[in-house]
Amino acid sequence: MSVAALRQVEVDYPRGRALGPFDLAIGDGELVALVGPSGCGKSTALRLLAGLEAPTRGEASRLQGRGETSVVFQAATLAPWMSAAANVALPLELAGVARAEARRRAAGALARVGLAGAEQARPAQLSGGMAMRVSLARALVTAPRLLLLDEPFAALDEITRRALADDVLALWHETKPAIVFVTHNVEEAVYMASRVVVMSKGPGVTVHEEAVAGALPRPAGFRTTPGFRKSVETVSAALARGMGAPA
Amino acid sequence: MRRAFELLAPWLLLAALLGLWEAACRGLAIPPYLLPPPSAVGAAIASGWPSLIVSTWNTLKMALLALAVASVLAQALALAISLSPTAERAVRPLAVILQVTPVIAIAPLVIIWAGADNPARAIVVLAAIVAFFPIFSGAVTGLKAADPDLSRLFRLYGATRLQTLARLRLPSAIPYLLEGHKVAAGLSVIGAVVAEFVAGSGAAQGLAWRILEAGNRLQTARMFAALVVLGLMAALLHVAIDRAEKAALAWWRGR
Repeated sequence: MSVAALRQVEVDYPRGRALGPFDLAIGDGELVALVGPSGCGKSTALRLLAGLEAPTRGEASRLQGRGETSVVFQAATLAPWMSAAANVALPLELAGVARAEARRRAAGALARVGLAGAEQARPAQLSGGMAMRVSLARALVTAPRLLLLDEPFAALDEITRRALADDVLALWHETKPAIVFVTHNVEEAVYMASRVVVMSKGPGVTVHEEAVAGALPRPAGFRTTPGFRKSVETVSAALARGMGAPA
Repeated sequence: MRRAFELLAPWLLLAALLGLWEAACRGLAIPPYLLPPPSAVGAAIASGWPSLIVSTWNTLKMALLALAVASVLAQALALAISLSPTAERAVRPLAVILQVTPVIAIAPLVIIWAGADNPARAIVVLAAIVAFFPIFSGAVTGLKAADPDLSRLFRLYGATRLQTLARLRLPSAIPYLLEGHKVAAGLSVIGAVVAEFVAGSGAAQGLAWRILEAGNRLQTARMFAALVVLGLMAALLHVAIDRAEKAALAWWRGR
């Protein structure tokens, strides 16, 4: 069963075509990574899946229920005037959940991302990694069936990035939402996804789809296994092809 | 030692300039109606203190009243036009024309409308016109300044227009509103003084009237006295608003 699908979508902006024709179907509970060079339309594809943008041509179908789709952007995108708990409770409060109940569930979501006790902190008092976790908690608080991550770790250092990648996989394991995440880091894509979709330079089309073998969440040392290395090499080669590099 | 000198530097400069001024007046025998020495200005402040205080209060009252009127009107109008892009396009050119028209040129009209026996009303209206625009522009800009990704999230979560306004656009506008009010506070004092020059004053005479009155009598030291008090008042108002802005911003940013 698919939770969101793009069929032959094309997106035109005033300066030219940004994406497509592009196809992508996301299965229930699937972990999909979108990789591609800058400006290939990865983020556009994600906004189509979220329903934040409509395709110029083609068809985009998605979950219609409130809070069934959540997005995490490259920046934490927290409201600076609100506490961490208020930021996380926001999607619930906007949907009409009573304030006390929303705050209680927000505290639970913060605890799930390892930020119990940080409820009253303001975004400015948090480190980049912590702010990203608050953003993740806000995305999880509605118990979404589809979680869209737009280069969520791009602004973080390598150690924080890896820790968050493992945390996202652990969170995925708990409730199994479908996750689509955009990155231009090939190793991160292969590590986190069971399917890696490689896009060409803009306007992006699919150059290659790589099925990554191995258990999710990843066992320790997964990055050194031959399977991991092979997938990274295949995806890197496809990425180079998609950028127009000579074979 | 060096730090003490840094702190004292502005005062030392002031003292030096005043000393130079005093010496020049005495040494060159400048007639006091042309340029009174600082000592005479000091004496004028000391002797005119009771009336200066009353006038300062009157000017400050007018300026603050104008600021309050401008604040309410500017924010209400900005909010109204922010609800529709068409309304904003319609209002902008008119607002710009009104803004670039010198307030002095509007003054005679306002005086007629306020009634000749009601100069205080005319002063508040004129000062409010000057103070209106920084708040209005700040509010219009601020209401559009929400983080685009945060706006997308509000859309994704199905927020109504009212929710988006109350929980995203208004809070996002706060830094712009604070900046607008800071600029407007300075302008409202200028507006109140200029308006009093043009509209005159009724029973409540402000500092502008003190300056004009002393000027008409060639009591130049008293003109300087009123000017000094006016400068001090404006500086104190500026410091107060600046402190309030910084505190509010710190609260808004959460640090």
